[in-house]
Amino acid sequence: MRRLLPLSIAATLAACAAPGPISERPSVAAQDLESITALLKRDFRERGQAKMDRTQLDEVQRICNLNADNPPESLAKPLEEAQMKAIKFPNGSLMGDWKNGERIAQSGRGSMWNDKPGVQQGGSCYNCHQLSPKVEAYGTLGPSLAGFGKIRGNRPEIQQYVYGKIYNAKAYSVCSQMPRFGHAGTLNEQQIKDLVALLLDPKSPVNQ
Amino acid sequence: MRSLAGTALLASAFAATPAWAQQSPYAEYQRMATESAPIELFEIAGEELWKKKQGPKNVSLQACDLGQGPGVLKGAYTHLPRYFADADRVMDLEARLLHCMTTLQGRSREEATKRVFGNADKASEMEALSAYVAGQSHGMPMRPGTAHAKEKATYDLGRKLYFHRAGPWDFSCASCHGEEGKRIRMSGLPVLFKPEYARPLMSTWPAYRVSTSKIVTLQWRMNDCYRQMRMPEPLFGSDTTVALIHYMTVTAEGVVYRGPGIKR
Repeated sequence: MRRLLPLSIAATLAACAAPGPISERPSVAAQDLESITALLKRDFRERGQAKMDRTQLDEVQRICNLNADNPPESLAKPLEEAQMKAIKFPNGSLMGDWKNGERIAQSGRGSMWNDKPGVQQGGSCYNCHQLSPKVEAYGTLGPSLAGFGKIRGNRPEIQQYVYGKIYNAKAYSVCSQMPRFGHAGTLNEQQIKDLVALLLDPKSPVNQ
Repeated sequence: MRSLAGTALLASAFAATPAWAQQSPYAEYQRMATESAPIELFEIAGEELWKKKQGPKNVSLQACDLGQGPGVLKGAYTHLPRYFADADRVMDLEARLLHCMTTLQGRSREEATKRVFGNADKASEMEALSAYVAGQSHGMPMRPGTAHAKEKATYDLGRKLYFHRAGPWDFSCASCHGEEGKRIRMSGLPVLFKPEYARPLMSTWPAYRVSTSKIVTLQWRMNDCYRQMRMPEPLFGSDTTVALIHYMTVTAEGVVYRGPGIKR
């Protein structure tokens, strides 16, 4: 019965999309953010690797919360530059092993209170993106990345872009919905390289 | 309590199914799942716990005031969350049950919340009680409290929390539940600030979750979403979780309560 579910939900979803703008998001002031953060500090407790410092907002989160994810250019630009500067780009080829990349992309483990710290974390990539066209269980919160390298090739600038985007998506679009996997410490250098290969290696299933 | 008759249960399951799902294979899946879901058993277990004398004061929960007067169960769930003067705060069903455990029965908060989320082998006391109490509101329209100043403040807080991005992955509720027609892996993502999505969902909690063979409550749902948002753990029945539940319930206001329901 469980196996029946994915297909049926896909069929269901195809029929359920209805148009309509999202206007429900309330505007928040700096004062609101302070009181919400204070509330979270009172109402949450640390568990496993999820410590209380996670309730503290950094400047990116603060600006995005204050501006409903659409800050003016004058605020967005300097923040994006600062995020970009903090990316640690390794020397040499940024292409790792796409096979391991596929495993990382499939895994939804990582940084949760019930995940063991230090153990290989996942990137949850398929939760939001289509990657290998063979994998049917992919999410649609992010754009499809099927055929990503086939279209763009894998020259060094592309590798650099993909590495940087996975490391810190906010360096490219400050209120991106995508987590900052390197910046947050979820994925390490080798894991991000393996994901670069998953997207760019001509042999990767993503590019078949 | 509802009868065990499969037909009655079936009819209610279909009524709770959004129109778009009724022609799909998902409706068939729901029908099959509903037929075999042991919700009635949880309600029976909950009734026993409601009447069981417990705690230092060795009394049952039968004098617990869920908002309609001590011991009044019929329709009580449909008016929750709401403001309670005796606690001077807005409470959802689970926060209120916990309040009764600590005040009426004299139990410590620590003891009463030691095992609020059960597993497939054994539901928690809170889960069984929730199923029993909510079941007494089956078929009645949901009218959470919105008139009191603290209810208005709770609603506003819940709305802000829904969109508040935080944690190592920069997530808010809206990161997943913010745009129509999106899915995570193969799971559809309801946009819970829209009544058309909130109504069918908020009217079926607590529910039997087929994928894990256990009864789940709204407090569990908030807890597990924050886990996946990579946040620390929200305290059971805290103002944060109650505000989110209140916000989503008010968004669904007026819907006929069809639970305890079935979830994937």
